[in-house]
Amino acid sequence: MLEIRNLHASVEGNEILKGIDLTVQPGEVHAIMGPNGSGKSTLARVLAGQEAYEVTAGQVLYDGKDLLEMDPEDRAREGVFMAFQYPVEIPGVGNTYFLKAALNAVRKHRGLHEMDAIEFLKMVRGKMKLVQMDETLLNRPVNEGFSGGEKKRNEIFHMAVLEPRLCILDETDSGLDIDALRIVADGVNALRAKDRSFLVITHYQRLLNYIVPDFVHVLVDGRFVRSGGKELALELEEKGYSWLEGMTPEQIAAQPVGA
Amino acid sequence: MQTTETSTIEQFAAQDYKFGFVTDVEQETFPPGLNEEVIARLSAKKGEPEWMLEWRLKAYRHWLTMSEPTWANVHYTPIDYQSISYYAGPKPKGSGPKSLEEVDPEILKTYEKLGIPLHERAILAGVAVDAVFDSVSVATTFKEKLAEVGIIFCSFSEAIRNHPELVQEYMGSVVPYTDNYFATLNAAVFSDGSFVYVPKGVRCPMELSTYFRINARNSGQFERTLIIADEGAYVSYLEGCTAPMRDENQLHAAVVELVARKDATIKYSTVQNWYPGDENGKGGIYNFVTKRGKCDGANAKISWTQVETGSAITWKYPSVILKGDHSVGEFYSVALTKGYQQADTGTKMIHIGKGTKSTIVSKGISAGHGQNTYRGSVRILKGADNARNFSQCDSMLIGDQCGAHTFPYIDVQNPTARMEHEATTSKIGEDQIFYCNQRGISTEDAVSMIVNGFCKEVFRELPMEFAVEAQKLLAVNLEGSVG
Repeated sequence: MLEIRNLHASVEGNEILKGIDLTVQPGEVHAIMGPNGSGKSTLARVLAGQEAYEVTAGQVLYDGKDLLEMDPEDRAREGVFMAFQYPVEIPGVGNTYFLKAALNAVRKHRGLHEMDAIEFLKMVRGKMKLVQMDETLLNRPVNEGFSGGEKKRNEIFHMAVLEPRLCILDETDSGLDIDALRIVADGVNALRAKDRSFLVITHYQRLLNYIVPDFVHVLVDGRFVRSGGKELALELEEKGYSWLEGMTPEQIAAQPVGA
Repeated sequence: MQTTETSTIEQFAAQDYKFGFVTDVEQETFPPGLNEEVIARLSAKKGEPEWMLEWRLKAYRHWLTMSEPTWANVHYTPIDYQSISYYAGPKPKGSGPKSLEEVDPEILKTYEKLGIPLHERAILAGVAVDAVFDSVSVATTFKEKLAEVGIIFCSFSEAIRNHPELVQEYMGSVVPYTDNYFATLNAAVFSDGSFVYVPKGVRCPMELSTYFRINARNSGQFERTLIIADEGAYVSYLEGCTAPMRDENQLHAAVVELVARKDATIKYSTVQNWYPGDENGKGGIYNFVTKRGKCDGANAKISWTQVETGSAITWKYPSVILKGDHSVGEFYSVALTKGYQQADTGTKMIHIGKGTKSTIVSKGISAGHGQNTYRGSVRILKGADNARNFSQCDSMLIGDQCGAHTFPYIDVQNPTARMEHEATTSKIGEDQIFYCNQRGISTEDAVSMIVNGFCKEVFRELPMEFAVEAQKLLAVNLEGSVG
């Protein structure tokens, strides 16, 4: 479903991603871990199409299509969703109104009829239960005055409504207490499906206690230095990123698992 | 008197202005020029009584002693008042389309885009010519229903003929003919407008709308409207300027006077979308309008809501004189300037009575090279014990070529007054647009959504259909502003 080949990207002339390769099959959950400044969020934003990031080399295929050629809104309509690390406030625009516009833009693109208000609300009620979303958040302006936890939950709620095929969670766990983290993780788990893939970007292992990944990749200084199964996350937790920092990729690769 | 085909001005309708189409209707037009003879001929053409002509001439003579105001933050080439035609009306029987089927589908699409109901589309498109261009007969359909409860709703000309005592009592009582340069010019040459009288204790059963008279297009340059709500009465009045307009820099100098007696309420809503000029700032309407209301009795309330999206220049300060004790004045405004549009708009709240209250919410949006100025004045006079004012002026910038300016004037002569003023300036953020994009929403829809959110506090003051129309209008006007 997603194939990233030798991806290089820069911000304001500074190269952040220095050759990323990654293949994600339908239904898989990939965790991307790494220390601050390693390029995790850059990867997420490049995939979502944020303009400030310039792709200098490489290729990204999404369902065989050139993802990097598409405008951000077309990527979204094709099923790429990013849960923001810092969800943006849009004063005066109701959450429901916003989501209905988004959903209908997506549906239109997919050749489905646009939902009217009644149909939409009925559908939304079901999704709210799925992610334990408080009804009062529905009618408030998008993210305005939301607590940190409410904002993250709202992102998962948007994801539930838009039914994307590739979900990118950009440090969704940052700033959440353990209860909020569990609610968000439960929402994500409820949305796991065999044709839906996840890229879970996180600094900490604790999120992965709740969202159990199929694969873990460690990003250091713009490159994946190590990939493995879910046990790699635990190992990282134990030893810290310093374990992998300062080594060449060859050295890291030479480390036996559990060393 | 010469007859012109109005289509000659078609070239001024820029592609971006969706309302610049031309409906071929023969018009009668006075040759350009202004003098006492022209005024006399205008008055005679309208069959006015002697007192009306006298009033016009008094105003004209006073106007000659005045000079054009220069304090506003707008810049334009001087207006040559002798090059303007002071009467342009349709011939009694037009030759426009007879049914919707005959109207250019492009025109109908425009109305669809604006969300104007079908029957209004028909009126706007110039179908049913009699109904449109003879404003009297359109008014008649309302008049019967309204007459049952004693409400008078007619054209100003008709009011002069049929209700001279009311016109003489109230005309000029809020905006005197000596008031300001443009209001005085209007007093001398006004062509027509609306007149409303709601008697004691009557709640007007419907929204009164002025769509019908906008189509007498060129004669709409100098409209005069007078609305009187007698004790305990209520009326909501809608002024829509989404009608097809075009022209070289055309002067529009209207006057609106509102009188609310004890316990009466007047709600006046405007959606203005005159032609703003082309993308280089050529052409467009100069909109110099004087709107003022008087709360002339205890607990009276006057509320102005305006959505200004058009005109090359907007110079407009809907105001309220809060004379009655505990009377209330409100001003809710959205002004959008793009291209080379300039808007200098705001309000005046003059607190005279005790316990009077005013609220000002102004939202200015600037895009392109647009310049948007809020100019407001709140005066609390000596006798206005415990007067209160709340002002909120928010500006939004789209792009970096535009400007927003705020000039709030406050004059407090009573120590018990309470004043609050809030002001913000924001830019539509790239991050907001990207967030919308990431959810599948196009940049254009995102901008219109963000702007509509910004204007929400004003839109919710508009009657339902009008609010929908205003939102769509903003969206149409913002097309191509970003990206």
